[in-house]
Amino acid sequence: MRALNSLQTIQIKRVSRASLLAGALTLAFIGGVRAEHRIELSGGVQAKISYCTDCHGPAAQGYRGYFPIPRLAGQQPEYLENQLRAFIEHRRTNNIMFNVAHSLSSGMLSALAGHFAALNPPPIGGAPRQLVGTGRKIFEDGMPDINIAACAACHGPNATGSGQIPRLAGQLYPYMIKTLSNWDKERGRNPTVPDTSAIMSPVAHSLNKSQIEAVAAFVSTLR
Amino acid sequence: MKDKGLHLAIFIALCCAFFATAGRAENLAIRNCTWCHGGAARGYTPAPQLAGQRPQYLEKQLADFHARTRDNPFARQYMWGAARNLDAQSVRNLAIYFASLPPRAANDGVPNLVALGRTIYQEGMPDSNIVACVVCHGPNAEGVREIPRLGGLDYSYLKRRLEQWTEGYHAAAGPPMISIASKLSDDQIEALASYLSFVK
Repeated sequence: MRALNSLQTIQIKRVSRASLLAGALTLAFIGGVRAEHRIELSGGVQAKISYCTDCHGPAAQGYRGYFPIPRLAGQQPEYLENQLRAFIEHRRTNNIMFNVAHSLSSGMLSALAGHFAALNPPPIGGAPRQLVGTGRKIFEDGMPDINIAACAACHGPNATGSGQIPRLAGQLYPYMIKTLSNWDKERGRNPTVPDTSAIMSPVAHSLNKSQIEAVAAFVSTLR
Repeated sequence: MKDKGLHLAIFIALCCAFFATAGRAENLAIRNCTWCHGGAARGYTPAPQLAGQRPQYLEKQLADFHARTRDNPFARQYMWGAARNLDAQSVRNLAIYFASLPPRAANDGVPNLVALGRTIYQEGMPDSNIVACVVCHGPNAEGVREIPRLGGLDYSYLKRRLEQWTEGYHAAAGPPMISIASKLSDDQIEALASYLSFVK
């Protein structure tokens, strides 16, 4: 190959630089368009709902995976929003739900909470039937001997909750057991941000294993 | 000396009788299933490993092959015939038998995709609305109840099954898998299949 004179060298360098720039711009444009599409996809409420229901069930009725995934259908929207914020603020510890929630905007949180609050599928059931009677007694009358108020007093006679107090009706049996048994391990975990979960702490402590199972069985049958 | 010989003969005869009756499911499997699924049910491409699979999952799949509701190509080509003459009790026995065999990881995925696969499996990809598989399939991809073990299955089987969710076939499973798999890109499917093939 013959040697290039200096002018040809400069011209080659100019062309190379120009095509490099063109190539880079093209890639950036394509990448930018793709990124924009993805933001639209992941930002859309419908896409997010599909993401939630992949685990929580098509009608958000909950699902017994390896871990019990709770029912969201008919849940009090204020409670749902509070829990999503609790995951983000590490007041409630759950690695999976932190990942899910931490990139959600405020608008998205209320949109999701509103959507799930309006759903009403039947409960998935499956709890041992022989526990339901005992569970109803605890739920409706409490256990005055050990200073436990009736659950109905706060959660409502039909366990539908109100405001920040969650609906329990139709909640999964294994999820209720896990939640009541592990209350302090999972809730109210950020000492710099105390929250309303403290209210349940003495109740959760006072209930023994069979009482927890009974209450869980009872509420899991409620519509 | 004579007595010892007699006792030994009786003992051996009793053992044979015991194993003959107790091993009925084992004999059926050896005759019909291991031809494709391997002598220890550890799989032989394209037939997947059955050893250590969840019994409820196996039972459901066999019932669905028998009823011809699961219709992906290899199901149609091989399993419909294999399951044609199975009654409910045989299905149950086979499921329990294969579930009891020790699984072995296929270890045949693409090694440099394992890290991405692990991330998707254990944490999901929230920005792409991909859920973490661990929530249903378990920390070691061992499954539970009707949810299958994915850990240790071979790379090509996992890849094919993940792709098939969005190819319009009818599966035994309920809604979530179609919705979940429809959000996975080809690269993510390969990563998941790679990671899972190494999980013990």
